[in-house]
Amino acid sequence: MPPLPSASQFIVIGERTNITGSPKFAKALKAGDWDSCLAIARQQVESGANVIDINVDEALIEGEPTMVKFLNLIAAEPEISRVPVMIDSSKWSVLEAGLKCVQGKSIVNSISLKDGEGEFIRRARLVRRYGASAVVMAFDEQGQASTRDEKVRICTRAYRILTEKAGFPAEDIIFDPNILTVATGIEEHNNYAVDFFEATKVIKERLPHAKVSGGVSNVSFSFRGNNPVREAIHTVFLYHAIRAGMDMAILNAGMLGVYEEIPKDLLERVEDVILNRRPDATERLVTLADQLKASHGGASKIESKEDLAWREAPVEARLSHALVKGIDAFIEQDTEEARANTSKYPRPLNIIEGPLMDGMRVVGDLFGAGKMFLPQVVKSARVMKKSVAYLTPFMEEEKKRLVASGGVARTQGRIVMATVKGDVHDIGKNIVGVVLACNNYDVIDLGVLVPCEKILAAARENNADAVGLSGLITPSLDEMVHVAKEMTRTGMTVPLLIGGATTSAAHTAVKIAPEYAHGVVHVLDASRVVNVVSSLLSPELKPAYLAGALSKQNELREDFAARRSRKPLLPIQAARARRQEFDWTKADIARPEFLGTRVYPEVPLAEIVPFIDWGPFFSAWELHGRYPEILTDPVVGVEATKLFEDAQRLLSRIVTERRFTAKAVMGFWPCNASGDDILVYTDESRSGVAATFHMLRQQLVKPDDQFNHCLADFIAPVSSGRLDYMGGFAVTAGHGVEAFAAQFRAASDDYSAIMAQALGDRLAEALAELLHKRAREACGFGKTENLGYADLIREKYRGIRPAPGYPACPDHTEKPILFGLLGAEAATGITLTESCAMAPASSVSGWYLNHPDSKYFGVGKLGRDQVEEYAGRKGWTVATAEKWLGPYLDYDKA
Amino acid sequence: MSSQTESPSFAALRRLFESRIAVLDGAMGTMIQGYSLTEADFRGSRFASHPKDLKGNNDLLSITRPDVIEAIHGEYFAAGADLVETNTFNSTVISQADYGMEALVPELNAAAVAAARRAARKAEAKDPSRPRFVAGAIGPLNRTLSMSPDVNRPDYRAVTWDQVVGAYLEQARALAKAGVDALLIETIFDTLNAKAALFATELLFDETGVRLPVMISVTITDASGRTLSGQTISAFYTSIAHAKPFSVGINCALGGKQMRPYVEELASIADCYVTCYPNAGLPNAFGGYDESPEDMAAVLGDFARNGWLNMVGGCCGSTPAHIAAVAKAVAQIPPRRLSGQPVAMRLSGLEQLTVA
Repeated sequence: MPPLPSASQFIVIGERTNITGSPKFAKALKAGDWDSCLAIARQQVESGANVIDINVDEALIEGEPTMVKFLNLIAAEPEISRVPVMIDSSKWSVLEAGLKCVQGKSIVNSISLKDGEGEFIRRARLVRRYGASAVVMAFDEQGQASTRDEKVRICTRAYRILTEKAGFPAEDIIFDPNILTVATGIEEHNNYAVDFFEATKVIKERLPHAKVSGGVSNVSFSFRGNNPVREAIHTVFLYHAIRAGMDMAILNAGMLGVYEEIPKDLLERVEDVILNRRPDATERLVTLADQLKASHGGASKIESKEDLAWREAPVEARLSHALVKGIDAFIEQDTEEARANTSKYPRPLNIIEGPLMDGMRVVGDLFGAGKMFLPQVVKSARVMKKSVAYLTPFMEEEKKRLVASGGVARTQGRIVMATVKGDVHDIGKNIVGVVLACNNYDVIDLGVLVPCEKILAAARENNADAVGLSGLITPSLDEMVHVAKEMTRTGMTVPLLIGGATTSAAHTAVKIAPEYAHGVVHVLDASRVVNVVSSLLSPELKPAYLAGALSKQNELREDFAARRSRKPLLPIQAARARRQEFDWTKADIARPEFLGTRVYPEVPLAEIVPFIDWGPFFSAWELHGRYPEILTDPVVGVEATKLFEDAQRLLSRIVTERRFTAKAVMGFWPCNASGDDILVYTDESRSGVAATFHMLRQQLVKPDDQFNHCLADFIAPVSSGRLDYMGGFAVTAGHGVEAFAAQFRAASDDYSAIMAQALGDRLAEALAELLHKRAREACGFGKTENLGYADLIREKYRGIRPAPGYPACPDHTEKPILFGLLGAEAATGITLTESCAMAPASSVSGWYLNHPDSKYFGVGKLGRDQVEEYAGRKGWTVATAEKWLGPYLDYDKA
Repeated sequence: MSSQTESPSFAALRRLFESRIAVLDGAMGTMIQGYSLTEADFRGSRFASHPKDLKGNNDLLSITRPDVIEAIHGEYFAAGADLVETNTFNSTVISQADYGMEALVPELNAAAVAAARRAARKAEAKDPSRPRFVAGAIGPLNRTLSMSPDVNRPDYRAVTWDQVVGAYLEQARALAKAGVDALLIETIFDTLNAKAALFATELLFDETGVRLPVMISVTITDASGRTLSGQTISAFYTSIAHAKPFSVGINCALGGKQMRPYVEELASIADCYVTCYPNAGLPNAFGGYDESPEDMAAVLGDFARNGWLNMVGGCCGSTPAHIAAVAKAVAQIPPRRLSGQPVAMRLSGLEQLTVA
């Protein structure tokens, strides 16, 4: 779908459960194979249909009971009945039988003036009474409208009758102005597509709130049997119809190409036909279509004009090529070819161990040499998985036959991985898992929020060769220490791998490694993991590798101790005396236009997209550099561009199909600072305190011209006599991310799964940026800031939005206080784990501080005096404070 | 589908709902339990030899112990209720089939309305400045149109649409004839049953030429935020909005606290009045309800202060003391202003789809 604004709202109505739209469905329905019928319905919803069309009109099928049975079966399948249905029949009695079975608000397809005005009104009123919308065909007593003017005339007449005589709301009308077949060789048909576009435009302009739909496959009917050309025609037709204002279409979502990717010569000839640009357009397209059919056999999907010479090579070379290039189009067919050659490959396993592993070895070598990049490796893994998935049933069959021989795929080793308890972040862990799996390690991924006992039990039961822990938020560091202690206590001896954004070689050396004697290794990123794991699992390499790791960790520990003794901290009172002072009598305090909260139950994704900061997206894929310069970088530019294009494509799907739901809430409250706390008042009379936020202060010794910052300094203190205001927000783009990623994973497509998660994170951050813009507008000063994308991304505006748990305010437990004030859980569906991580993962929350001089900083190390005082302010024991602030302590806890 | 006029109660109820937050009554069942009635009470002399057990058929008491039903309505009016619901939750041929009392349906409804109306007149006589209303309660039926009772036959339905429409039409007709001020289709757990009820009320209005205010109340069954038949609150509202209800709300199954996000969401999307009458908390280990009048009043008061509500009341486990506390809590809080969503095509399956 072309990425244009109107396309983001385009509704796809799945046609495959229409008996005339899918021979497969027709066959299953006639055979009474209901499971297959349901599978087709489910597949459509999974592949992104927003509505499913159900049509069982067939001479040999009894319409009413068949419609009723199928709709009742669908009602029992929540994955299908999630979406509305379009009840489609040319018989009114079938439509009415269907209307009596659906609890949701469906669409009836169709009613028209064909049987006269009286019957039209009667049916419209009944449709309304059953609580449905209706497709109205451009058809009247005289017949079907084919020209622009006839279409407009009939639709206008129907609109008047419906809204004025039948009490039918305009917004429940969907016109179908007839998509008729072009390129039939009959001259009068040449302008049919143009007539449709023009009629659509007029209908949308003149008949307020009415929608336009149509069945797209009809347009290409002359090219039956030549799918590449039909797909191109559908793609081009939709491209123009959406521009003319078409809101929805009945089509096979899986049979759509990308307008930009249609080969130039084909595009030109298809557009000549669709737009009726030259008299010989049909002839020219037929000629080209025949050529294409001759070369492609008519069945394959549109392909960009790439060199297919590699298809001529022997099967081993083709498998290797597919793996290295990440092409999955032919992998099953090539795998089958290899499998069928039983003289060369007596067992399916031989193919995996032979050509497939050879190919992956090439991938691994190229990756190791920096000649391939992570996104490509993950794509290769997808191809590998598909091939293995194809072979699996054969191997199981073989296993059954040769129980005694005990043939099992030999793997390099088995690794149990998990994101630790309290944490939900797993993109990095998933990438590591894929890279390990590519290298023939058997990866058991326990997912997120995994308690220690479960990790250890899984490691024991599966006889794991190593355990990998991942985490992103700071409390996860403590949990990792806990897991290490438990591994010691339960007598485990396998190496422990540590990874994730907050982890570091230093923390691993200082806090985790001392708790477990059998090897704790920090893995910086996925590109290192194979090297680390292969060394650790090799009896020959392991001792030397561990010794090296241990000596490095000793250095880090000494460093850490030395740095601490070198740089003493200021006592908290002294640090407080070095606060940044403002003249509050003159300070510009912005009073927000509202107090309390504003909820945005569903922010359209298309609105968020322009605010995406792409820089961190590339980092997530371990491609380093600045956006957009990274796209033209001499080393990673080509891959970054490909990755970016894939991201754009998936993003466009996510937006069009509304895969994710973005929710947000923001609030503003009157407040004052009191010491390092911020008191949030219930109202501007300051009569009651609704909540208190607790801030931490820098204690580092700093040069004379710098301050010891604390966020509370940016808020007017009680003693200033002035009332100040602060804000808060919580946003998520995460609803739907896991489900979408899981669909890809189920289809062995980790590349797209990770991409979906990474895009979820980007959308959440972008939504935070968008909401901050609205927040600044609500405070007045934002209305005139007039900043472009680059300036927004560089945060060149007034005010900051620090997040609890991050450097300026590292205590995650301020989040529940913020959530309470915002009603964030109810408003956004974000919940907090016991470690105060936000679930779903693609979520952001924080405060708005509006002072013109407010800025981000890192609190850095905390002295025992501040931690003890902080515990008092929070009503905690010192031990509790030390637990939550663990990584920031400048001393060893008792 | 001839021309229809609005009943006089339409304007009177609108005046009430515009002036302040209206108060509905509380549970009937809980109160009946307090009378410790026996099988003999349920039977009276008229049904002494009825072949089936009748204890538990609470709707029958409108005929056999009208004094009890009227007294309970009276207690709720005295506690501050503006509307009471008739004792007709199960007064349809489908639900009465369990007791073999299908033929009694018109009389059950008429007797229940009469008892409620007597109580309303007495309350109005005590304080003529306050009109009191009788809402005809239409329950969800014990058979559902969207779900199969047989897991092995997911396409099977224990009842048909036409049977459900017929049963509801008979009940609604009897309630209207007996003079209810509004119809309250409540405790909806299957939207298709509710749509059939709405279809029936439209048929009734065609027959009589008079439209009554139709109030709708759905039940969110658990923390998933969905109806038993699987719809989200927005999908539910989209499914019934065509009936242009007088009000839409949430009742039963949950206590007010657990309803909070759904009431808030409904208040943000409904373009009619919004109502809420929760249970007195979640059932405890003994099947009773623990939430005190003060607890319930605090929760509903909070919803009201957020501007979400036009009518409050109580469902299972609530008593006149709960209604008195709730009435007091919302007395000074302005009602939710009618608002709605921008015009757009809205469709639904289990979830809602907006075509902007």
